[in-house]
Amino acid sequence: MTPNQAAPALSPCTVDYSQRTEYHEGLEAIRAAHRVLREVRFSPSLPDKGYNNRTLYVNLGTREVLEKPVTQLMKDLFVGGRGFGLWHLWHAVTPATRWNDPENEIIIAPGPVAGITQYPGSGKSLVVAISPQTDIPIDSNVGGYFGPLLKFSGFDALELQGKSDRDVILFIDGQKGIIRVEEAPLEPVDSHVLAEILTRMYAEDEADRSNISVVCTGAAAEHSLIGMLNFTWWDKRRGCIRLKQAGRGGIGTVFRDKKIRALVCRGPVVKADMNHPVDFETLAKTGIKLHKELRTLDDSQCKMRRNGTAHIVEIMDAYDLLPTHNFQFGSHPDTHKIASYVWEARCSQMTSDGCWYGCSMGCAKGADGLVLKTGPYKGHMVTVDGPEYENAAGLGSNAGVFDPDYLLELNFYCDTYGICTITYGTLAAFTMECYQRGILNKERTGGLDLTWGNAEADLEMMHQMARGEGFGLIAGQGVHKMKTIFAANGWGDAQLLQDIGMENKGLEYSQYLSKESLAQQGGYALTNKGPQHDEAWVIFMDMVNKQLPTFEDKAEALYYFPLFRTWFGLLGFCKLPWNDIAPADNGSTSEPAKIPEHVQNYLDLFTATTGMKIDRETMLLQSARVYNFQRIFNIRMGKGLRANDLPPYRSVGPVTREEYESRAERYDKQMLEEIGVDPAGKPVAEKIAITREYRMARYSKLCDAVYQRRGWTPDGVPTMARLAELGLDVLPEVVEIVQAHGG
Amino acid sequence: MRQLKINLPECDGGRDCGHECEEACAAKVFKLDGRSGAALHIEALADGRSAAILCDQCGDCVTVCPADALKRNKLGVVMIDKKLCVGCYMCIGFCEKEAFERNPKWLEPYKCTACGICVKACPHSALEIVDVPVPAPRII
Repeated sequence: MTPNQAAPALSPCTVDYSQRTEYHEGLEAIRAAHRVLREVRFSPSLPDKGYNNRTLYVNLGTREVLEKPVTQLMKDLFVGGRGFGLWHLWHAVTPATRWNDPENEIIIAPGPVAGITQYPGSGKSLVVAISPQTDIPIDSNVGGYFGPLLKFSGFDALELQGKSDRDVILFIDGQKGIIRVEEAPLEPVDSHVLAEILTRMYAEDEADRSNISVVCTGAAAEHSLIGMLNFTWWDKRRGCIRLKQAGRGGIGTVFRDKKIRALVCRGPVVKADMNHPVDFETLAKTGIKLHKELRTLDDSQCKMRRNGTAHIVEIMDAYDLLPTHNFQFGSHPDTHKIASYVWEARCSQMTSDGCWYGCSMGCAKGADGLVLKTGPYKGHMVTVDGPEYENAAGLGSNAGVFDPDYLLELNFYCDTYGICTITYGTLAAFTMECYQRGILNKERTGGLDLTWGNAEADLEMMHQMARGEGFGLIAGQGVHKMKTIFAANGWGDAQLLQDIGMENKGLEYSQYLSKESLAQQGGYALTNKGPQHDEAWVIFMDMVNKQLPTFEDKAEALYYFPLFRTWFGLLGFCKLPWNDIAPADNGSTSEPAKIPEHVQNYLDLFTATTGMKIDRETMLLQSARVYNFQRIFNIRMGKGLRANDLPPYRSVGPVTREEYESRAERYDKQMLEEIGVDPAGKPVAEKIAITREYRMARYSKLCDAVYQRRGWTPDGVPTMARLAELGLDVLPEVVEIVQAHGG
Repeated sequence: MRQLKINLPECDGGRDCGHECEEACAAKVFKLDGRSGAALHIEALADGRSAAILCDQCGDCVTVCPADALKRNKLGVVMIDKKLCVGCYMCIGFCEKEAFERNPKWLEPYKCTACGICVKACPHSALEIVDVPVPAPRII
């Protein structure tokens, strides 16, 4: 199926929501068991020009609750969102801090523009912590109502530190001005049940449910390092809670290590101008302009309103970019079974699917009416989020699962068990390749037959992870640790495990096959937090559109896009409305890949909210301060240098004979034309070795070019000159680290 | 459902009447000065014909509203519940007829309620309230 072929007609999804399994029967008994451990009063406030100018600190161990001022330095250097998160985290930890130390924090910060209701994708929270997988800061950008409701209760960020000795719920009531830590001994564990109950428990009536957002995780977060956080909102039309995920890096694991069962925020009734922007009219006009673009152009562009991000499944397959069988291959004959039109038919369409008010892109699709076949909720009818592209690819093609029902079930259980779909997808694919190569077998997996596409075994591995038993416990450690465990057990060759284990800095790759895009190889491995596409998705520019022919072009893209995309996380924006819709005349602009009109929209929204006039250069400067600070934070924690930016070879080129032979014509041609070696008559092993040497040297050259463009030393350390340019030289601790590493 | 309908050949596009329908709508329904505040708009075209922007109560805005603030009343007319409205203006952006309105003084948008005040005001009897079947909701 190529992108231009017509999709087959499928029946639209029609579901009787009343048949969905309900979970709130035990609510009163659960509520009765709550005991207030600490209650503090506060004065609710609304932001002024986007800022409340205070943050909330809660220590789960000591039950200390503090309000902290937002300083001018914080605003000037870190803006908000991820910037505030990293700033707080820096002061909370030491270089010796590990994820499960009490001083590690989870910080949730929505950013100054977050909460406006006029522009699509403006309700994001940024979550930051020291990651159990990488031992460096992780950041995650998540929808749902929690961040905006926290802001409209009166706080620009929430810092969670310390470890409770018992399961607790932190309740922030922004209507009454109450913060409570409550012992919560009887709560269900998994998100789709827990959030339903808590939404009803803390709402004073049915109408009040829209003012409640819950942050929670699930059973697998307790037994793995890959836990994520669900952020909820009440879906009035479906009459159920919906979930969006702060997925990457194991923040859910940290959450449960602190014995937080849930955070609940009850905010005020949302109205249009609660950020008290300086120029509401510009927000209104800019938002309406984008709503109109989406109405008129989305169907002919990305169809985000119909499919969400899953619209690219068959496109990735057509361009040989869809990760298949642990990133060995880029396409599969069965992709049509999980293509966008399948999800369009499975997801309810006659509704509004934004994860915050005003998101007319509405990509948070809901697949209603799934009846589960396995696990503790077998036979239940549920609504599943998505699947997003990453889930369709990671849980689907990468594991060889092409059955939409099983794929949705994998997606559902990842969500409710509180584990990252991207991470799980990549680690499951890794275990399946290990099974294929005899590194694992039934004896070593405790009976799991992890052959490609065996969705029931895949699900059982996940159920084990949730139960804290069997091979699921090992898998839940993630690819990085599995490689060490397998090699230590003598189950496989350490170099092969290193080559096929798709992780960098300890974090699993997200779902794009980067072998044929050098820029994307850097886009993944030169990231701050680990290989996640949200920092630099340049694979199409590089490989398909051929817009980055030289090292300098690639370096420029890997300078600009990570900085530009960082900015979304400082302000509380979603990236998708930037370039998953484009103005009709975008193609005729000088830089279509940057979507100049939408960049201007963002500048206008920032100025209209905060009153601070900025231009494109200032925008990049704001990002660059935080981006470089995070790089230095990584160095402080023992990573962040060139050695940590080395990718697994599977992301760079063909590791195995099968991979080489699957695209022999392509690789032989490259050898002849790019490397200057005639492949004729050479055995495959030799050709693999020649290709590898060439490609790794090319990657190293890319690093040199990128580091230079970013103002870093050849070892990847920001220079003192760059620090001075950014104004970060006013922070002595930062300077000290840079100087100690030759910056 | 009640629906405002215009017979364009009877409408003079405001050439002689001074847009009485719009003036009446703006002043009597929405208490606004000037016809730009009306929930219908009449235009005189250069070729002598008239054009109109009217809400036909199609209900697309009901489907897209993320706050469930738009609903049909007993007469089938789409009404906005200002208490529920969050001012996102998706209803404005997604209205194909461009018939959803906004006044910079108010946070909530507004629209035609098929009240018929404009019908009474029209000196040419070009406007009428008709009763038509409620259209099936459509995917937007």
